[in-house]
Amino acid sequence: MMDIAADDDLYKSIILEHYARPPYKGALTDHTHYDEGINPSCGDEIELFIKIVDDKVEKVHFDGVGCSICLASASMLTKILRGKTVEEARKYRQAFKDWLTVREPEPSPLDLDELEALGGVRYYPVRIKCALLAWETFEGALRKQSTN
Amino acid sequence: MPAITEDFPFLKGVVYLDSAATSQMPVQVREVMADHYRLGASNVHRGVYDWSVRATDRFEETRQKVAEFIGASDPAECIFTGGTTEALNTVAQTWGEANISEGDTIVVTLMEHHSNLLPWMQLAERKKARLLWWEVTDEGELDLAQLPEILAAQPKLVALSWVSNVLGTINPVQTLVPQLKEHGAVVILDGAQGVPHLPTDVKALGADFLAFSAHKMMGPTGVGVLWGKRELLDAMPPCRFGGSMILSVRQDRVRWAELPHKFEGGTPNISGVHGLGAAVDYLQEVGMDSIRAHELELVGYAMEKFSNLDGLIVYGPQDPLKRSGVLSFDFHGIHPHDLATLIGREGVCVRAGHHCCQPLLKKLGRQGTTRASFYLYNTKKDVDALVLALKKAREVFKEIL
Repeated sequence: MMDIAADDDLYKSIILEHYARPPYKGALTDHTHYDEGINPSCGDEIELFIKIVDDKVEKVHFDGVGCSICLASASMLTKILRGKTVEEARKYRQAFKDWLTVREPEPSPLDLDELEALGGVRYYPVRIKCALLAWETFEGALRKQSTN
Repeated sequence: MPAITEDFPFLKGVVYLDSAATSQMPVQVREVMADHYRLGASNVHRGVYDWSVRATDRFEETRQKVAEFIGASDPAECIFTGGTTEALNTVAQTWGEANISEGDTIVVTLMEHHSNLLPWMQLAERKKARLLWWEVTDEGELDLAQLPEILAAQPKLVALSWVSNVLGTINPVQTLVPQLKEHGAVVILDGAQGVPHLPTDVKALGADFLAFSAHKMMGPTGVGVLWGKRELLDAMPPCRFGGSMILSVRQDRVRWAELPHKFEGGTPNISGVHGLGAAVDYLQEVGMDSIRAHELELVGYAMEKFSNLDGLIVYGPQDPLKRSGVLSFDFHGIHPHDLATLIGREGVCVRAGHHCCQPLLKKLGRQGTTRASFYLYNTKKDVDALVLALKKAREVFKEIL
């Protein structure tokens, strides 16, 4: 009853690995940016702690509860955005979102690396917001700071 | 149970276990609804031509059918609403607005759906009334040890689920309501999970109000019923103003219509109400006792199968007799959305999440649960398919369990 592509493989090992053993999980105390994201339909909650120095993302940690897709995506974010400039980080967020939310994706202009493992989510439209929650929270944290 | 498979042709090849969210509609109901447009639509309570007479007759016949279905002696006590949520909000906005004052106590239970919670939380805030929470035990039942405290508080209103949409618990309404009423409470019963699955008799239940939805009992979405005792409904001011709900309108004076029209302002969901009537016919034809017996058999069977599944925990009462056809569970701690997605890949439709009961989920110490719920079209084969799908899901997650 569900339209599933032949190459569907939602729960790739790399996703489960991030879910079970996220390298950057837990609150930071020296963060410069913070926001929390909530998915009201399932109750998933992500907190992001970001330390930005000289326009560079020195480190990002996350905390929270959620499904494997949501938490693996958050964990990948903390890994991939580490060391990027704020501008690069924003481009990553946009590139990932663009790539994930189209049915027939073109190769992304950026190297999405591990994030490509989340591509299976596009065959489960209701799960896309799980994969994007941390990324929207990241954008929210940046925006919050700039409006302060 | 009579053979009903051909009434649900679209269920072929699908294991639908989410009737607590919305039930499937038999072709008989769909045809009655389509008739309204296929044979010529018209408004109700208006025209004098044939089409209008047909639409109106069927509309009012449905009120009669619904009244009989729930054991109400007076059809005018059955108000058509947009659903359970609208019915509950109507009581909060009319009865609640007129009767709740500062310092009054309103009791809500921890197992209420947000729709029987938020209207009362809002009302309590508006009126500076006290909100008293009726706790749920670890077994997933209302904490009866708290009853003396509840009664001593002399609540003006008690908002209570007949059946929990998460735990499946059937609350002992018939023994609780008389005690609550003796202490002066008005009792509003959320019947969304009860009326579709259990024989209903408002006199035996004893509550003052009962709300339920058509789409959980084989009818369409967008239609529900608020039943209330006539003396309460008569004393309540209307809350939705417009066509149909007046006796006369003059520049200096308005007189409201009698029950039930006083609460049915505007053109109603006519084909939807017709559909509810057909759904009631369908349920009556099968028989609510048979439906209850069938669901009990399925729940018993499922719980037995589940007990052989390592890592599976069922929430709520462990005695099938204390529960409806709703089974919420945890499986190896796999997040409900992951579990529901994996089960869904096997063609088994279940619900995952907080089920609009966040305070209850917090009590359970969970963000969400996975929920399978049964109705008359489900079979033991559906349970077997669910168990098989669960085993496959475990395979996917085995490396991190």
